[in-house]
Amino acid sequence: MTETIMSDISRALPEIFLLVAAFSVLLLDLFLSKSMKIVTFLLAQLSLLTTAWLVYNRMGVESIATSATVNNVESVQYALAFSNMYIKDALSDLLKIAMLLIGSAGFIYTRQYLRDRNMFSGEYYALVLFAILGMMIMVSANSMLLIYLGLELLSLSMYALVALQRNNGRASEAAMKYFVLGAIASGMLLYGMSIIYGLSGHLDLTGIAEYVKSSGMTKAGSFDLGLLLGLSFILVGLGFKLGVAPFHMWIPDVYDGAPTAVTQLIGTIPKLAAFGMVFRLLVEGLGDMQTSWQQILILLAVLSLAIGNIIAIAQTNLKRMLAYSTIAHMGFVAMGILAGSNMGYSATLFYTIVYALTALGGFAVIMMLSRKGYEADQLSDLKGLSQRHPWMAFMMMIILFSMAGVPPTVGFYAKMMVIQSVVDANLAWLAVYAVILSVVGAYYYLRAIKIMYFDKADTETTQAETGHKIGLDSHILLSANGLSLLALGIMPGALMATCVAVINVTMK
Amino acid sequence: MTFEQIIFYFFSTILISGALGVVLVRNPVYAALFLILSFFTSSAIWLMLEAEFLGITLVLVYVGAVMVLFLFVIMMLDINMDPLREGFVKMMPLAALVAIIIAAEIVLVMASPSFNFDQSVVHAADYSNTKAIGNILYTEYVYPFEIAAVILVVAIIAAIALTLRRRKGVKHQNPSKQIRTKRNDRVRLVKMPSSSTQNRAGE
Repeated sequence: MTETIMSDISRALPEIFLLVAAFSVLLLDLFLSKSMKIVTFLLAQLSLLTTAWLVYNRMGVESIATSATVNNVESVQYALAFSNMYIKDALSDLLKIAMLLIGSAGFIYTRQYLRDRNMFSGEYYALVLFAILGMMIMVSANSMLLIYLGLELLSLSMYALVALQRNNGRASEAAMKYFVLGAIASGMLLYGMSIIYGLSGHLDLTGIAEYVKSSGMTKAGSFDLGLLLGLSFILVGLGFKLGVAPFHMWIPDVYDGAPTAVTQLIGTIPKLAAFGMVFRLLVEGLGDMQTSWQQILILLAVLSLAIGNIIAIAQTNLKRMLAYSTIAHMGFVAMGILAGSNMGYSATLFYTIVYALTALGGFAVIMMLSRKGYEADQLSDLKGLSQRHPWMAFMMMIILFSMAGVPPTVGFYAKMMVIQSVVDANLAWLAVYAVILSVVGAYYYLRAIKIMYFDKADTETTQAETGHKIGLDSHILLSANGLSLLALGIMPGALMATCVAVINVTMK
Repeated sequence: MTFEQIIFYFFSTILISGALGVVLVRNPVYAALFLILSFFTSSAIWLMLEAEFLGITLVLVYVGAVMVLFLFVIMMLDINMDPLREGFVKMMPLAALVAIIIAAEIVLVMASPSFNFDQSVVHAADYSNTKAIGNILYTEYVYPFEIAAVILVVAIIAAIALTLRRRKGVKHQNPSKQIRTKRNDRVRLVKMPSSSTQNRAGE
């Protein structure tokens, strides 16, 4: 018994460490004066990096573990813990490392912004750490119960973070909308899960997969009606959380209303967690029902690409524009998953990681241009950026090109891989449709670039900006971020190979 | 119809009418009381399912603690419900249509052979549901249990972070200062000329 407990703990060590670290940040912050809050920041940063190191360091160590829960038969590819509720495999490791590193980069970007807005406090960092913990639990869940609990931990922290600026009416409104719609979505997801649990008698995904395989089909050769009902509820819930049309209504309002630091958080890491959740539920749990969920996902992808790309054209607010662009990007994620092949899943994994990196930089530029008491969230705030900050404008150009999918940036390669996997799945019409709408979408990205490079800055903006200093750390990080998009675009091989290997190992 | 079925339908009818009452009555206090009624009846249904621990917890936690807090909040906030109910009649037909469609769909699905509810497990008389939960809650389910605890902590942090504000100019008591006061700090003896005419004028 004790041996199992020890091996359980050693497998879930990164999560346990992050939990303890989050509490320490929260407690220590109480004793720090306002001028010492930098310690909170450093400690939170250290927690994320140490957790990432723990995950990295423990990749593949399972071969030495001797517990009975390790699947010894097929050369150890994954390890289970806590009565098969926790799974540690290549996919969860990769997603966790990506989430933790992006989270740590987000901390650096947001430091100055939070300080200017009086949000530089222990609660902010503790809630972000809890949100990331929730996402780590989601991606290494092997049970529907854990997926739901991780999701709730993430969502609750996020609602609070959106509303953290109490005196900001727009933020409160956004938090309210997010909370109500998020609660409905959780309800839908939970209802679908309970139906599937009721039918199969299993909470763990392996058990569900076995049930679907053995008794999911009726004699007529179609899927059991109850399973389909559960699946549709689950898809509605997942659609809300991913933010694909027609469940996208909350995205523009929340992105726009939340403080940009929180928008950056919502727009980056949860996308990785959502991919993990979709993969666990649809592919690992209900993988044999692929023909059923494929049709629904096609509809979601078609709608998202259209709504995201077309409505974004009408936006004058940069954050809203990026919100609609997210919806279009999530349409691509849905496309990669519905292809239903290992290639498709790897392409989607690659796409999600790249999108999170790109969005990280995009929101970082908004924050770096914002100053105390002023949000640079309008498209017109980009006017003449090339004269004011030539290097930052160049980085923003790479980011926007990557979002639009212009070579040689990585966005092009990511889109190409997803489209290729869709073509391989004999859905060429969907691929053509996606390409056409990406061209439509390129218009609004190019318009932003035109504003940066060919419009003259207002004299007021230039005057107001004098005296506004941007930290060196943000500058260095933005350069690394932008250049990595370029470098990955020219040499996508290594990351793509990792994604393919991870999916191949996980799908075994 | 067996006796068990009669009891079940009796409680179900009360439960559904209670739930309808929650959404239909005008007064929020009555709505909360209807919710308590629904909780009570659903705990009775749980008892019929031999889930006595969950039934009792529902009464103790939800009726005893959560709903009492709910009533406190409703009475303290004194919400004017009229603006919230605007457009109720206008939206009613559409909402009713959607509700009927969803209900019909679910009934159709539930009638399918996959939801075969005939085999119910009947336990022996000495079977204890509480013991069964106790056996797995802290062993097999310890991981989700701990995460649920973390979620509650986040809820507390969020609630405090969103509502705690230090306003300026709020009057505080300082107990140690209060205790250390001397007679001389509070009482000042004033000599007044005792003149009867002055007193009368004062009155």
